[in-house]
Amino acid sequence: MSETLLFDRRWIARGAERASTLRFLLWLFPWMLLLLLGIYAAGLCFYYGLNQTNMDNRFAFGMWIFLDLAIIAMGAGAFFTGFLVYILKQKDLKPVLNSAVVVGLTCYSGAIAVLMVDVGQPLRAWFTFWYPNTHSMLTEVTFCISCYLLVLILEYIPVVLRNRQLRKIPSFLVFEHQLHKLVPVLAGVGAFLSFFHQGSLGGLYGVLRGRPFVYRQGFGIWPSTFFLFILSAVAVGPSFLILVTAAAEKVTGRQLVQPTVFRKLGFISGVLLAVYVAAKAVDTYVWLNITSPSVGFGPSDYYSYWPMSSTFLFAATVPLGLLPALLLILPYTARRRGWLLTGAALACAGVLLNRFVFTVQTLALPTLPFDEFLRYTPSWQEVATFGGVIAYGVIVYSLSYRYLPLFEAAKGVDKNVSLD
Amino acid sequence: MSARYGMVIDLDRCTGCGSCMVACAAENNVPPPVPRATPRTGLTPMLVRKLSNGKDGADLREAFIPITCMQCEHETPCVSVCPQQAVEVDKSTGIVMQIPQRCLGCRYCMTACPYHARYFNWWDPQWPPGMEKSLNPGVSVRMRGVVEKCNLCHARFHTANEKAAAAGKTQIDPADYVPACVEACPTGAILFGDLADANDPVSTAAHSPDAFRLLARIGTEPKIHYRTTQAWIRTLADKNSDRPTEAQHV
Repeated sequence: MSETLLFDRRWIARGAERASTLRFLLWLFPWMLLLLLGIYAAGLCFYYGLNQTNMDNRFAFGMWIFLDLAIIAMGAGAFFTGFLVYILKQKDLKPVLNSAVVVGLTCYSGAIAVLMVDVGQPLRAWFTFWYPNTHSMLTEVTFCISCYLLVLILEYIPVVLRNRQLRKIPSFLVFEHQLHKLVPVLAGVGAFLSFFHQGSLGGLYGVLRGRPFVYRQGFGIWPSTFFLFILSAVAVGPSFLILVTAAAEKVTGRQLVQPTVFRKLGFISGVLLAVYVAAKAVDTYVWLNITSPSVGFGPSDYYSYWPMSSTFLFAATVPLGLLPALLLILPYTARRRGWLLTGAALACAGVLLNRFVFTVQTLALPTLPFDEFLRYTPSWQEVATFGGVIAYGVIVYSLSYRYLPLFEAAKGVDKNVSLD
Repeated sequence: MSARYGMVIDLDRCTGCGSCMVACAAENNVPPPVPRATPRTGLTPMLVRKLSNGKDGADLREAFIPITCMQCEHETPCVSVCPQQAVEVDKSTGIVMQIPQRCLGCRYCMTACPYHARYFNWWDPQWPPGMEKSLNPGVSVRMRGVVEKCNLCHARFHTANEKAAAAGKTQIDPADYVPACVEACPTGAILFGDLADANDPVSTAAHSPDAFRLLARIGTEPKIHYRTTQAWIRTLADKNSDRPTEAQHV
C-alpha cells in the first residue's frame, strides 16, 4: 500500500504493511454503527429498565447470560496461552500471545459491560465487594472477573506502550520495560484467577439444587460443572484463537503466524477437548443415573421437549465434541488448514451449545410437576446490546492490529516490522 | 424459643377466588400492573394457579393451588446464591427474608428457586393518582430493578412484637400475627402457624396423611405444606415426591 494513503503512518510500526487509512475507516464504519446501536439499546435498558428485554420472572436469565458465558469461555485462550508460554515454557506459541491478550481483554470487558446492563441495579455492583456472600458462586465470579480484568489490562498496557509513537516517550518506555518484566507473574496470576472464574461460572449452575437439570454432585464445595467448565474453556480457548487469527489473516490478506503455531494450538485444543468429552460423558452418566433420579427427575423430564431433546446431548458429544477433537489431533486433518479451521469452529460451536444448554434450556424446562416447557425470544434491545459488544471487540482488535505489535514476534511473517 | 412459621394450604377448600392475591398485593404495596405486563412479568408474591387432570367432559377435574415462597428450611436455594447477602433466613422465625435495598437485581435467586416464587420489578412502581394514599405505611415500596417475594407479611410480625413488648410480654400472641392471605381467604383454606410448636394446629395438619410438600425430594424442606384428599391432585402435584427412582423402575 502506498505510504501516501497512510495518513496515520506515524502511528504504524515502521515497515509494517497496513491497509490505507480510508480502507481501514471503511472497515470500521459498519462496526461503529453496530456499536452505536448497541449503546443506544443499552441506554434504553438503563433508562427504562429491563422491561426493554423479553426476559421475565421465569426466564430471569436470557440471551445475555448465555453469550456472556460463551465469550468468557472463548476468551480463555488469553490466560491459557499465557500459561503455556510463561509457565509451561511453550515459547513457540509466543507469536499469538499479544493477540490472545487482546482477545481475552475484549471478551472479558465486553462480558462485564453486558452484565452491567443485565443487572437491575448496576450502581449497587460494589455491594458484592462490601457485603460478599462467601457461599455464593456469583461472588467468586465477581471477584475473579474483576481481578482478572485488571490483570488483562496490565498485560495489555505493555502492548499498547510499544506503539511507535508512544515508545518515543522515555518514561513510557521505562514503564513498559518494567511492566514487561512482570508479565510472567501476571500470566501466573491470570491463569489462577481465570481458572477459578471459568470454574465458578460452571459452579453457578451446578450448585442449583432446585434445578435438577444442572445440579451436580462434586468434590468439596465445587460441583462437577466447576471442573467441566474449566476444562471446556481451556479446550476451546486455543481453537477460538485459531479462528480469530485465521479471520485476521483473511481480512488483512497476510499470513500472520506460521502454520506450525496453528497446528500446535489445534493439537492442544483437540487433546483437551477429548479429555473434556470423556469427563463430560462420565458426569452425564452419573447425573442421569444417580444424582437426578434421587430427587425424582429422570431423562424424560429433560429430553421430551422439542427442539431441546436428546439431540442436543448427542450434538454436543459427537459432532461438536469427539469429531472436532479428532480433526484437531489427527495429523492428516490437522495439517490441512481447511480441516483444522473446521475442527476449531466445531469445537467452539460445541462449547456454545453447552453454555446454551446450561443457561437457556435449564430455565425452559419445568421444575414443578404442573409446569410447562417455556419459550423465550430475546428482544431487539438484547440482540443489539450484544451486537454492540461484538462490534466493540472487532474495533479494539482492529485498532490493536493496526497500531500495535500483535504478531511482531512472528519474525519473517509480518515482514520487516520495526518498532523504532 | 425459635419459631418456624409455615402454612398448610387445603387444596380441597381453595376455590381459586384470588382473595389471597388481592390481600397480599394490598398489604405489601404491590403496584398495579402496567399495561404491558404479562403473567410472567407481573408481581404476584401469592399466585393462585390452576391444576387440571387433562381429561375432557365428565372426566375433567380442576383445582387451584396457591403458590408462594415456600420458606425453604434446608439449604435454602435463594440464600446461598445471592452474591451480596440480600436474602437471609431469620433464625428466630424461619422466614426467608429479602432485603430489596441491598438487592443487585442479578436474578440469580430467581433462577435458583424451583418454585418460581420470586419476582423481579421490571417497571417503576406507580399507582393511579390518589391510590398512593392507600399504601401500607409499614411496608417499604420496592424500586425498579430489584427482586421481591413473600415474607409472610413480616410487617405484621413487627406489629405483633411491638404490641407484645408494650404489654410487657416476650412472646407474641399468635392471634396478632396472621398474614394477609390467611386473613382474606373466605374458605379458611390457609392455615398459618408455628410448625415448631407441636400443639399448633398447623403443625398437626402438616403431619396429617393427606399433607404433602412440592418437590419434597429436592431436600429444601419447604415450610409451606399442602393437603388434599383427591388422589388426582396428589398424583399431579406430588409426582416428584412419590415417583420411584429410575433404579426402582428397572
